[in-house]
Parts: sequence; C-alpha cells; structure tokens
Amino acid sequence: MENDVFKKRRKSTLLLAVIIAALSVGSAIITQYDAGKGMLSIFKAVAWGIKNFYPDRRSLVRLPEIFIKLKDTILMSIAASVAAAVIAMALALMGSRSTRVHVFFTGLARGIGSFFRNVPLVAWAMVLMLAFNQSSLTGFLALFLGSLGFLTRAFMESLDEVGENAVEALKAAGATYYHIVFQAVIPSSMPQIVSWLLFMIETNIRDATLVGFLTGTGIGFLFDVYYKSFNYHVASLIVIITVIMVIAMESVSNIVRREIL
Amino acid sequence: MKNKDRMNLDKPLTRSMIIIRITLGFLLLVTIYGILTLDSGGVNIPGAILETLNNFKIIFFRPFSHRLSVFDALYEIIITIALSVLITLFSGIIAIFLGLLGAQNLAPKGITVIVKAFVAFIRAVPSILWVLIFAVSAGLGSTAAVIGLSFHSIGYLTKAFSECYEEIDRGVIDALKATGAKWWQIVFQAVLPSCATYLLSWTFLRFEMNFSNAVAMGAAAGAAGIGFDLFMASNLYFDLHELGLITYFILAFAILLEVIATRVKSKLKQK
Repeated sequence: MENDVFKKRRKSTLLLAVIIAALSVGSAIITQYDAGKGMLSIFKAVAWGIKNFYPDRRSLVRLPEIFIKLKDTILMSIAASVAAAVIAMALALMGSRSTRVHVFFTGLARGIGSFFRNVPLVAWAMVLMLAFNQSSLTGFLALFLGSLGFLTRAFMESLDEVGENAVEALKAAGATYYHIVFQAVIPSSMPQIVSWLLFMIETNIRDATLVGFLTGTGIGFLFDVYYKSFNYHVASLIVIITVIMVIAMESVSNIVRREIL
Repeated sequence: MKNKDRMNLDKPLTRSMIIIRITLGFLLLVTIYGILTLDSGGVNIPGAILETLNNFKIIFFRPFSHRLSVFDALYEIIITIALSVLITLFSGIIAIFLGLLGAQNLAPKGITVIVKAFVAFIRAVPSILWVLIFAVSAGLGSTAAVIGLSFHSIGYLTKAFSECYEEIDRGVIDALKATGAKWWQIVFQAVLPSCATYLLSWTFLRFEMNFSNAVAMGAAAGAAGIGFDLFMASNLYFDLHELGLITYFILAFAILLEVIATRVKSKLKQK
C-alpha cells in the first residue's frame, strides 16, 4: 500500500515536470525566445551596468528636474487612487452583499469592476492620449480608470466580510439602512479599505512610470528622454531615486497597516 | 447630536481609528492639492472629455479591422500568453529556491537578510525599467521583455513564497532535524508539500499579472504579441476601430483568466 502512494507521487511529479517542460519549450518556440541569448544578456547587462549605469558627478546637476517630476508622479498616483476609491466605494456599497438593495446591483457592480480591471492600462493611456495630449492629466485619468476596477472588487469583498448576520441583527433591532451602512458596515470594514487604498497607491506609483513612459509625463518620461539620448548616468540616477521613493512609500504604508489592522 | 455623543461614549476613539482618520485626511488633502495643480498642458478639458467619450464610443461599439483578421488577433494573443507562461515558469522555479534562502527558519540569518534586501530592490524598480535595462544588451523585443519581467516577477514571488515557508511550525522542522533528516529532505518532504497550494495560487495570480505586463511591454518595449498591435493601431494607424477589436480580445482573455483563477482558488480552499 505504502509503496503505491510513493509510486503515485513519483508519477505525478514526473507528469508535472513533463507538462512544465512541454509548456516552456512550446512557449519559447511561439515567442521566438532565444534562451541562449537571454542567459547571455543577463551577464552582458551586469557587465554593461557596472561600466555605464551609475550616476556620475555631472548627472547630479539634473537632481532638481528629477525631483519636480518625482513630485508630479507621486501626486498623480495618490490623486488617481483616491479619486478612484471614492467612485469604487459607491459601486461597492451598491453591489456588496451586506449593503445592496437588490441582487441585480451585485451583478452590475461586478461587471463594471471586471470591465475596468481587465481593459489593459495601455489601452486607456493610448485612447486618452489622443484627446488630452502629453499632460499629467492624461496620466492621472489613465491611472484613475485602471484603479477603478481593482478597487471596486477589493472594496466589495471587504464590505462582504462584515457578513449578513450582523446586518440582519441590526435590521431586527430597528436600525435604518442609513444607520446600518454608516454606523456599522463602513466603520467595521474601514481598516481593510484603507489597507487596499494604500496598496493601490503603491501599485500606481510603479505603474505611473509605465504610463508616464507611454504618455510622456512624469518620471517615466524623464527616464525615457535620458535613456534614448544614451545619457545613462542620469537614467541610472532616476532609477535609484525611483527605488528610494517606492521603498519609502512601501515602508510608510506598512507602518500604517500594522497600526490599523 | 445627542445620539452621536452617545455613540462616541460607547465606542471611544481607538488608536487605529485615529490613524485611519489621519491617513484618510492626509490623502484627501494631497489629492485636492494634486488635482488643483495638475498640469493639463493647456488642453480644453470639456472638449477633450467629449472627444474621448466619442473615441470610446467608436472603440467599444464599432470594433472592426481591415488589417487584422480574427485568426491573426488570436495568434497574437497566444504569443502574449506564451510570453507570460515563460515569465511565470522562469520566475516561479527560481522563486521556489530563492524563497528557501529568504526564509528565516530554513536559512542562516546572514543569507536571509541579503536575499530579502535583493528582492526588495528588484521589486522597487518598475518592470518597464527592468525591460529597458535588459534591452540595452539583448535589443528591444521578446527576449528583453521575458528577462526583464521575470526579474520583477522573481522579486514578487520570492517574497510571497518565503512568507509561506516561514509560517511552517518550528517544531516540525526541529522534529525532522532530530530524526536526522537532511536540509533537502526537510525541504522536499515537509516544507514544499505543505506550501504547495499556496505556491500554486500565488503563481497563478502572478500569471494574470504577467499577462497584463506582457501586453504593456508589447506596447512600450517592442515585445511581440497583442500589445504591439495595440500600440501600432493607436500610435501609428490612429485606427480606433482596430483598437476596439484588440481591446475586446484582450478583455475576453483577461476575463477568462480571472474566471479560471477564481475557480482554482476556490478549489484549493476546499482542499
């Protein structure tokens, strides 16, 4: 009997290995991924980085310019996340099991959330670019639309966790809808909601680089300018400052999270 | 008013509530300041909003393409999925082992500190920057995208995996050690089996993220796949109908992945 278990386990491990191997070979063929070149490029990139990719004394002159774009990027990400959170909260209240008026709204809110989450950020950025041109407003709107879907789903799950039993009990005690929502459901799910909002801000600060790169705004655009003009010293300075900013933001929101959860 | 006072008496302001209020207040102030000082580049905002709404109408209600047949679009999607499969596999396999070195109960303290710092650094660099940095040596294209995105993905998964490893009871590991089990035996017989479902669900979650990242890199860094078509349609051909078709294709696959992920997660929970 024991022998069989081990045989079965070995068999399933083997099967898993074969599937993984087949998947990777198939994918490499379809994408024309060159494994040798890929491996080689890692070593080459390290060697190149040590030789070229570090900030020198002259690049420090660009610091004021970098800090201005950095401030723009942070403001853009926070504003987009908070604005999206306000709308997402309304959608979540409409669709959550504990606060909905009718089941129909759950489907509606879920659908809206799923739509905004799954349309790629790139598509939003590209379309907005056509009318809003190269401005921070484009970046703000793209991040706003991208965050809306994620936050709607996250908030809805947080509100759901309050549970129908608590709501039923309040209803039985004669609480009105307004009281249930604003005195019970929202306060008790607030720590979760704030935690999701902080997570969204962290994500958006990272994504802002990509959106900035596509729409010509913020720190992503600045990197692009120096990268394309082969001024790698300044480009590396931008990367270092971005890393410091992201780690600082993460640490602050981790501290807040530890305090509230 | 009286009612409210009583509420406050019943529920004194806790430390967590104060911090929540301060955080929200601060964020709200920053948001107001941010929106007021947002550089709109001199665009006529109402006009631009109308134009964008009109563009959305074309994209979402009249998707169509002369250039791209349905089969072409499907093939491009398959390329993007293949890219995400490669990235997820590379990073998943590396993260399983790197995560072991980052877990405090499995590796010496010195090594975990180094691994954790390294991983935090990798994650802090936005993925587009990784791809562009590797593009210098590998050239813009799929190879740079796979390597660059794998880096970011490794950072993410290693953190998640080592957190799971660390949750394993100290006693289990000590008991195994006492029976004379070697490090590898502890890892393969105790640590990995008990984390298997957790590892799988994180990997699948990351696969979803890698799919959207692969789309983005197609547009921003010339990787193959549907993202590149998206970029061409909007930046080169200015063909909103085609942009709509491509967006719908991506949307359909992304929702499909989401549904599968939800199923996988609920099945794993049942186990």
